[in-house]
Amino acid sequence: MDFLRPASWEEALAAKAEHPTAVPIAGGTDVMVEINFDHRRPEYLLDLTRVGDLYEWEAGEDSVRLGASVPYTKIMENLRTELPGLALASHTVASPQIRNRGGVGGNLGTASPAGDAHPALLAAGAEVEAESVRGTRLIPIDAFYTGVKRNALAADELIRAVHIKKADGPQQFSKVGTRNAMVIAVCAFGIALHPETRTVRTGIGSAAPTPVRAKAAEEFLNAALDEGGFWDNGKIITPSVAKQFADLCAGACNPIDDVRGTASYRRHAVGVMARRTLTWTWESYRGARRHTEGAA
Amino acid sequence: MRVNFTVNGRPQEADDVWEGESLLYVLRERLGLPGSKNACEQGECGSCTVRLDGVPVCACLVAAGQVEGREVVTVEGLAEYAKQRAEGGCGTGACGTTLQDARQWRATGTDSQAGQGTELSPIQQAFIDAGAVQCGFCTPGLLVAADEMLERHPNPSDADIREALSGNLCRCTGYEKIMDAVRLAAARQGEAV
Amino acid sequence: MPTNGAPTKITQGSQTKGGIGESTLRPDGILKVTGEFAYSSDMWHEDMLWGQILRSTVAHAEIVSIDTSEALATPGVYAVMTYDDLPTEVKNYGLEIQDTPVLAHGKVRHHGEPVAVVAADHPETARRAAAKIKVEYRELPVITDEASATAPDAILVHENRTDHHVGHVPHPNIVHRQPIIRGDVTQAARKADVVVRGEYSFGMQDQAFLGPESGLAVPEEDGGVHLYIATQWLHSDLRQIAPVLGLPEEKVRMTLAGVGGAFGGREDLSMQIHACLLALRTGKPVKIVYNRFESFFGHVHRHPARLYYEHGATKEGKLTHVKCRIVLDGGAYASASPAVVGNAASLGIGPYVVDDVEVEAIALYTNNPPCGAMRGFGAVQACFAYEAQMDKVAQRLGMDPVEFRQLNAMEQGTIMPTGQPVDSPAPVAELLRRVKAMPMPPERQWESSEGADVRQLPGGLSNTTHGEGVVRGVGYAVGIKNVGFSEGFDDYSTARVRMEVIAGEPVATVHTAMAEVGQGGVTVHAQIARTELGVAQVTIHPADTRVGSAGSTSASRQTYVTGGAVKNACELVREKVLEIGRRKFGSYHPAWAGAELLLEGGKVVTDGGEVLADLADVLGEEAVEVEEEWRHRPTEAFDLRTGQGFGHVQYSFAAHRAVVEVDTELGMVKVVELACAQDVGKALNPLSVLGQIQGGTAQGLGIAVMEEIVVDPKTAKVRNPSFTDYLIPTILDTPTIPVDVLELADDHAPYGLRGVGEAPTLSSTPAVLAAIRNATGLELNRTPVRPEHLTGTS
Repeated sequence: MDFLRPASWEEALAAKAEHPTAVPIAGGTDVMVEINFDHRRPEYLLDLTRVGDLYEWEAGEDSVRLGASVPYTKIMENLRTELPGLALASHTVASPQIRNRGGVGGNLGTASPAGDAHPALLAAGAEVEAESVRGTRLIPIDAFYTGVKRNALAADELIRAVHIKKADGPQQFSKVGTRNAMVIAVCAFGIALHPETRTVRTGIGSAAPTPVRAKAAEEFLNAALDEGGFWDNGKIITPSVAKQFADLCAGACNPIDDVRGTASYRRHAVGVMARRTLTWTWESYRGARRHTEGAA
Repeated sequence: MRVNFTVNGRPQEADDVWEGESLLYVLRERLGLPGSKNACEQGECGSCTVRLDGVPVCACLVAAGQVEGREVVTVEGLAEYAKQRAEGGCGTGACGTTLQDARQWRATGTDSQAGQGTELSPIQQAFIDAGAVQCGFCTPGLLVAADEMLERHPNPSDADIREALSGNLCRCTGYEKIMDAVRLAAARQGEAV
Repeated sequence: MPTNGAPTKITQGSQTKGGIGESTLRPDGILKVTGEFAYSSDMWHEDMLWGQILRSTVAHAEIVSIDTSEALATPGVYAVMTYDDLPTEVKNYGLEIQDTPVLAHGKVRHHGEPVAVVAADHPETARRAAAKIKVEYRELPVITDEASATAPDAILVHENRTDHHVGHVPHPNIVHRQPIIRGDVTQAARKADVVVRGEYSFGMQDQAFLGPESGLAVPEEDGGVHLYIATQWLHSDLRQIAPVLGLPEEKVRMTLAGVGGAFGGREDLSMQIHACLLALRTGKPVKIVYNRFESFFGHVHRHPARLYYEHGATKEGKLTHVKCRIVLDGGAYASASPAVVGNAASLGIGPYVVDDVEVEAIALYTNNPPCGAMRGFGAVQACFAYEAQMDKVAQRLGMDPVEFRQLNAMEQGTIMPTGQPVDSPAPVAELLRRVKAMPMPPERQWESSEGADVRQLPGGLSNTTHGEGVVRGVGYAVGIKNVGFSEGFDDYSTARVRMEVIAGEPVATVHTAMAEVGQGGVTVHAQIARTELGVAQVTIHPADTRVGSAGSTSASRQTYVTGGAVKNACELVREKVLEIGRRKFGSYHPAWAGAELLLEGGKVVTDGGEVLADLADVLGEEAVEVEEEWRHRPTEAFDLRTGQGFGHVQYSFAAHRAVVEVDTELGMVKVVELACAQDVGKALNPLSVLGQIQGGTAQGLGIAVMEEIVVDPKTAKVRNPSFTDYLIPTILDTPTIPVDVLELADDHAPYGLRGVGEAPTLSSTPAVLAAIRNATGLELNRTPVRPEHLTGTS
């Protein structure tokens, strides 16, 4: 095993180009467990913790460019307004120690369906900035996850950052685990209201081979909100609409039975979380509307 | 490979490190600092919590090569670290100790199994006084995590304490005495100010 | 001195600071908080090698061949050993039945069984070499439950059994069977107005001690070996290790290294023999440290069980009879299964008065992971089931579950189903009363001005509910556990106590082989020595095999038995010290001839408080030392057909009240509070007592809502050997645990004390289950309860 220690992003890209099998390591949450438990013996470890750029973020007009290694703790502390869904998801990641070191780049690199960041990224809308010595490309988050623990990265590419749409409305994230802290998701659900486009986006974790959006549910809800004039009148979403949304979210799952939970439970739980998080976000939207109106 | 870094204020060099070794292994097996504990080696128990450049992390999830040039504080250095912080020194671990001091902190009289005469940090003393130590295997990690929390939140609520320590498993105590210890340390810290 | 003129009788030690009854602090506390306490995995030796064990990847198979050549040729590898390299004819070990191969011989019987061992200069070298060992298996069908174990054509897990249980078991795949028959159940059932039947299942729990199995074996010049090890019983290890090494016991020296928790999981051997074999083979010190993955294969677990119960009661609420059948899965090797069966049977109906009882408990041999000792063994599984039954009967009768229990509660004088009278306090009804009387935690504690605090809700940080679907439930349970080794076992401890003057001060040294696993025995020994010898300074000698056996740190027995031995040795030392005093100073004061002389505050005093001499002057240059074995009163085996017999030396009791909040839609549980009341006879160290009760309670919570080793029934392979998927409670899962301690002396026991460690683990689980049932209205006949069970999605 060789340990590569690039001091800059350019060096990191060069190293990855020279050694495409090199395994990038930053927070070490996944890679070190595999090494400690003898599940993996990469030829090269590519340490990215010296690449300062990866630890920075910048909030632009429409989106936040979040460096791949910005620790979850920093997201929770600094980006709660811009990225509320991801901040909530970050808070559910493993333990405080791991949140201090792990970042979204690791979740994306591993591309486990159980990664906590995925549902939030899917719901908010995001692009993964992948770079190699050949150049940079932005991969839409919907096209990023290609299979169980597989992603759209080429062998010579590294994740530089994620461009995440800044919240234009309420967002929520919910995750079921069989413990009240430090737990891997049995399944998870993210939702983001986008009042500007009058759309709702979702993300489901751990209930299909890859993180997925519940597109049929989104389409149904978008249409229902539109038809009912809900975005304008700010009425309470009718229970039947919420229920159908929840059912469609559950239907978007393609889960398996495993040691963490049954497929049947996952479908059920995603439905419950979908209904609840829709309620929370919609109530928040209504509250904000009332507040705005009251001020005006 | 060779790794140079600072542990508890003292420069350390580890040679012939296998690239797959963790910081935890290097501390325990190469530097004679076994205080950080090897309970799970998968980031699921917090027993190996150390501060890396001031930040609490699981030493088992840090590759040895990643600490090149970094500052690490382990439970063995916690008392000195807390003392410097209390004296208005730098609390981030980046200010360092002289080599002389670093050698001495370990030598302060342990005259029996009980180790009377050892200087302790407030959180260490509170763990003893409150009965938060049983087998003690989770203790080092909990101390590092709790000390850091009290540094950030001098007056934590019970829920704050629980959240901050939710990455540290204990199998002996049922956590009640650990809660007591952290409350005690916070109260004493408050009185001292 | 008394002020009202009435003479106050001073009893030995009552004037000594730091004696029994005080919450003195741990002698190892400072070392543990500074990171300097040397646990078994911290051992290090110049030039040491690392041992690695190759384990079977299948559960049941014949070994066709093992090829170690490539592993041996790996640079840095010093030794590779298989069954063929074992040095003597003794190739098996075991606590009671020596059925466990040191290294697999021709066959593996469970997933993760040791097949070969490697010693190399770095753990990675050892791992790579182990991976190069080629083992060819021919797989056999797996036996995983009672049906497959006892089928007429079942493959025998162990052929040619010769152990002393084989004669009375109905099938060779049954390790041991213990019936208990008292009265006439058929007759009594006719008096029952209600009969409740239930079938329960109990998952496989892991001890999950945090300090992994580890140790260092150092070869010695005389051809022997010195093993630094974390264990629960040094001498039991020694008796199993030495014959396999072909060494006399005196050439296997054992020193207790720091133990990172045990809970029963270190009663059996793990890496002890492997490390010694490699050390003797290579002539170098060998260290073995399991990682968490290996630890799940490296020790026995708590027996999973199927339990079948029938309870009858009159409409007035009196139990008429109980019938039960308890099937414990012992896995591939016997370990402590026979004793677990004995406990499950004899304690199977709980702390209740029932005259007509029919119990059968068995442990199976299967190809599942071996199961053995874990805190409360046998009694834990039974308590989960009988307490569920008690709630069901109460419900059928329309009675309050606590009152129903109190109505049937045993008390001092009750005759157990084994015919044994309970001859010390058994405050079952009182414990229930106390736990029920504790103030209830406030409702909806999660509500705050800033919205819902998810940390106090089911799901915790995962943000699954802000109060939706959350229903509170309350449940009660009480349990009975035996203390000490039972069924005629010669359960003794040895203590060596020395008293001498060091730097002008009298100092006592206590030397036992007791394994301090965190329970605080070392604290208590020092307290006993202070009380009995009136000294301030006590040194606790490290535990090793240079002193006689202290028995196991299990069965809630150490304070009773080794504490008893220390007390006894101290009393003998005291007598000798007084003899010296009489010899030296007897002629100076007539009181020396009196019977009631005490050692207090470093002095010899009369029972009136008059000082006769300083201990320093009495002892001078002399040292007084005593080493004595001490036994509790004998027990006897249970009759193999009727289960009658004086089987247990002492019983202990705890009751719990659980308050839970359940997210009924998602099936998530938040335990809000777990209140406990327990009788401890006499709290030698109140702080440690609380620690034991709260810790035991938390382990019971774990088995109620999350902890289970999942074994694939098709392959008998473990599916979750990691802390990622075997979950134990975090600090956010564990509620406040208020404790009400009752101290009713047991006159048979030293200081009247009662073993503390296990009872709280019994009733915690069924109390939580009862509370969840109360919240959800579901029947819930298995533990742990998973979200699937609460949402109909399993």
